[in-house]
Amino acid sequence: MSRTGILAAFALSLGVAAPAIAQEKLKVGFIYVGPVGDFGWSYQHDEGRKAIEKAFPGRVETTFIENVPEADSERSIEQLARTGHKLIFTTSFGYMEPTLKVAKKYPNVMFEHATGFKRDKNVATYSAKFHEGRFIIGKIAGKMTKTNTLGYVGAMPIPEVIAGINAFYLGAKSVNPNVKIKIAWANAWFDPGKEGDAAKALLDQGADIITQHTDSPAPLQQASARGKLAFGQASDMTRFAPNHIMTSIIDDWAPYYVERTRAVLEGKWQSQDVFDGLAKGKVKMGPYVNMPEDVKTLAEETEAGLKSGKIDAFMCPVVTQDGKTVECKGGDRLTDEQVVSMNFYVQGVEGTIPK
Amino acid sequence: MSFNLALVPRREISLFRQVLTPVIALVVALLIGGLIVWLMGRSPAKAFDVFLREPLTDPWALQEVLLKSTPLMLISIGLIFCFRANRWNIGAEGQFLLGGIFGGGVAIATHGLSGPWILPLMMLAGVAGGMLYAAIPAALRNRFGISEILTSLMLVYVAELLLDYLVRGPWRDPKGFNFPQSVPFTDAAQLQPLFEGGRLHSGFVLALLAVIVAILVFKRSLFGFAVKASGEAPRAANFAGFNEKRITLVVFLISGGLAGLAGIIEVSGQVGQLRPGFGQGLGFTAIIVAFLGRLSPFGAMLSSLVIAVLLIGAESAQVSLKLPFDLTRFFMGLLLIAVLAGESLNRYRLEFRKEPA
Repeated sequence: MSRTGILAAFALSLGVAAPAIAQEKLKVGFIYVGPVGDFGWSYQHDEGRKAIEKAFPGRVETTFIENVPEADSERSIEQLARTGHKLIFTTSFGYMEPTLKVAKKYPNVMFEHATGFKRDKNVATYSAKFHEGRFIIGKIAGKMTKTNTLGYVGAMPIPEVIAGINAFYLGAKSVNPNVKIKIAWANAWFDPGKEGDAAKALLDQGADIITQHTDSPAPLQQASARGKLAFGQASDMTRFAPNHIMTSIIDDWAPYYVERTRAVLEGKWQSQDVFDGLAKGKVKMGPYVNMPEDVKTLAEETEAGLKSGKIDAFMCPVVTQDGKTVECKGGDRLTDEQVVSMNFYVQGVEGTIPK
Repeated sequence: MSFNLALVPRREISLFRQVLTPVIALVVALLIGGLIVWLMGRSPAKAFDVFLREPLTDPWALQEVLLKSTPLMLISIGLIFCFRANRWNIGAEGQFLLGGIFGGGVAIATHGLSGPWILPLMMLAGVAGGMLYAAIPAALRNRFGISEILTSLMLVYVAELLLDYLVRGPWRDPKGFNFPQSVPFTDAAQLQPLFEGGRLHSGFVLALLAVIVAILVFKRSLFGFAVKASGEAPRAANFAGFNEKRITLVVFLISGGLAGLAGIIEVSGQVGQLRPGFGQGLGFTAIIVAFLGRLSPFGAMLSSLVIAVLLIGAESAQVSLKLPFDLTRFFMGLLLIAVLAGESLNRYRLEFRKEPA
């Protein structure tokens, strides 16, 4: 197109506004803490959003606001509520208070808050047993390490992350009693620079396997750059380090999001709290690669055991770092409640939870 | 034969030209932005409607705009004092955080109490926190001649870590599931909304006051003159008896105090508790705001409103047009470049010179 052509078309389109969108569609909104392109946490939630569009063609319209800072999220959530969105997913722990605040103002809008613990009539919570995946990769790491030192990049010392560290360590120790774990905090969910630096620091301290509870592929890439093994987080990160990734813990929100959207469409939505994992497919494992056959078999067996419920990451007795045995409230294992509020390291993990 | 492009200073700049320049800059930025939107397959008319008209006409959105502009206005007004005096305070973000920390500390210490004295005390503590923090780079410059650009910037990171330490340690909410945040403030420690259904609070009024006072100081007071003189002709200012070091300290105190006030207003009026990341980079955005406003208090007020409109509009654009947030950042950059280019073309005229190769 010639330059004048572009300008003319540009001027033309100034006058033509898009027609208003049909009213009857159910509008579903999402708030993401990172960019959709983080290839981790927010990316997976966005895959869930797309699954809704696919599942109900013509009946739903979805919207997302990305990069929403937790400290300044109330407006963004309200923005969705006041623009006719009837179902809103707020997908980070820090959105808890703002979600509840907005929910009070909009009693006819249904809210779903990921990883939180406060609910209301129109606020449901949901999370996934990521720690099941961490138990599996712990076993892999315990088998594969040569230096007996595992590096763990954590986002923030909240219970979900602490439980992940414990599950990972318990998995590793069950196959390798000499194993040690070193933890570095990125203090952010998504900050490739800080995440990568944390991984580098761990590698410098002798860790030869890196695992991460942050959202970008940076720690994996740092490990790979030094020829060390690592795991993917939240989504299948194989493409970022095909020769050094051993597997990924994949969050699959799609079935849950589709189910909850259907509930709203059918008028059956109710506030609830859902916490499930491998068994329901909300947590999945990527392909087991870059490891010998026996380790792969061990990983698959562990995955099957967790799926069937035969084993658990937190089988009793669970002993804390300072030697106390945790009350066994779930028969032979800890209860979900105990896992989601976990704020202690298990015996053998060095260091203290940042206070 | 080659062409040579030269900037030739203009002798005088008419008032008309000065007023027109930012308008033209805005229009140019809008046209380029509109072209990009159009190339992305969206209607530029709809985009302008969402980005610019809606935030200014919808009452809810307008309140959010004023709310968003409040910290930008306060911080940039303070920065103008520094920048006019040719002192480079890049660390307003840190002073903002310290204001939040000091004021928030008062809220935490008085948690459970009520009384009309709590909020004013928090505000004063916020100002004090920002001032003290800004005094460090000023003192280092005065005493040791250390560049305030570096020290003020690096202190931002120190402030972030201090906040991090506090909300993970001594000030952590015991009922917060280990999440790094303080107790939620009680109503007595939160700025209350001015209007039912919205979130605008009296912090905005304080920001407007700061603008008015700053205008008066620069127009009417000897101090305002001293600041400008020290920035534009330091030697002359020295001869006139203005104490260079004292000016450094005072402009930093003003700047830090206002940033600190902005910090506690943000914490008390918006966030409702201390938590990492409440700075949101506002202290850095305010630098852009100050320059967009061409270092005049009135200009800073306008440009904080423009930036706030863009930020709020960006969110609506994500919702109603599904435009990515990056487009907003791009647009802000575009606007800054347009204004700065306009400013240069204001002062200089372009001259093409033919030169033999």
